[in-house]
Amino acid sequence: MELATAIFYLVAAVTVGSAAMVAFSRNIIYSAFSLLGTFAGVAGIYVFLGADFVAAVQVLIYVGGILVLILFAVMLTHRITDVQITNRAAGRIPALVMVAVFIALLVQTIQETPWVKAKEIVYVPTTGAIGDLFLQSYLLPFELASLVLLAALIGAVVLARKEIKE
Amino acid sequence: MAPLNYYLVLSAIIFAIGVAGVVIRRNFIVILLSIELMLNAVNLTFIAFARYLGSMEGQVIVFFVMTVAAAEAVVGLAIIISIFRHRRSLDPREMQLLKW
Repeated sequence: MELATAIFYLVAAVTVGSAAMVAFSRNIIYSAFSLLGTFAGVAGIYVFLGADFVAAVQVLIYVGGILVLILFAVMLTHRITDVQITNRAAGRIPALVMVAVFIALLVQTIQETPWVKAKEIVYVPTTGAIGDLFLQSYLLPFELASLVLLAALIGAVVLARKEIKE
Repeated sequence: MAPLNYYLVLSAIIFAIGVAGVVIRRNFIVILLSIELMLNAVNLTFIAFARYLGSMEGQVIVFFVMTVAAAEAVVGLAIIISIFRHRRSLDPREMQLLKW
């Protein structure tokens, strides 16, 4: 029990640290690579919560797909981006104050709400139950999701292709 | 097993960092990365609630959020590359062609 809590704190610290790096690092390459730490940390938290299939999908889709895509975009637009990332100080202070107030409100709400206690801890495979839900009660959203992905694919190809000047 | 509060607070912190990134940074790509952070925080909340309510539906919703996140990243990056090709810049303050 004690060890599990310690590991939870470690994973959470890695996640929050790399998230802060993503948002506040001056170098966009560091930002993009720190996203790897955040995604992996969140996948670790999923494992803590007993969601094995979601953790595997998180690693596959986010680390294997989205992160590689973002790195491609960073490389394609790299020449200018590393020069002009400095911010005006005037816009930053109010924004940070607002975010601090926001996080204080969220944490206070979370701490004061009487949440339900967890059910008994059983780590069972979740893949079968997820598949059942997808093909029974969530069949229509499931099919629509594939349509959304197809539309995004075509849209991205149309947007990003090189225009041929005549 | 850590109580539900821990996961919710962790998720709130990640979400707030994402909000700060969107508000503060002046680079399209970093704004997109921060949006991904926020989506991940929301996913974490869904999974935590699914665990503590003993229900699978939260995990199913996470897959739809992931679908939307993937579509958003793909189209967003295509738009960014297209804008960069035309304007040679990634600063959102310069994107005011539709303003009058």
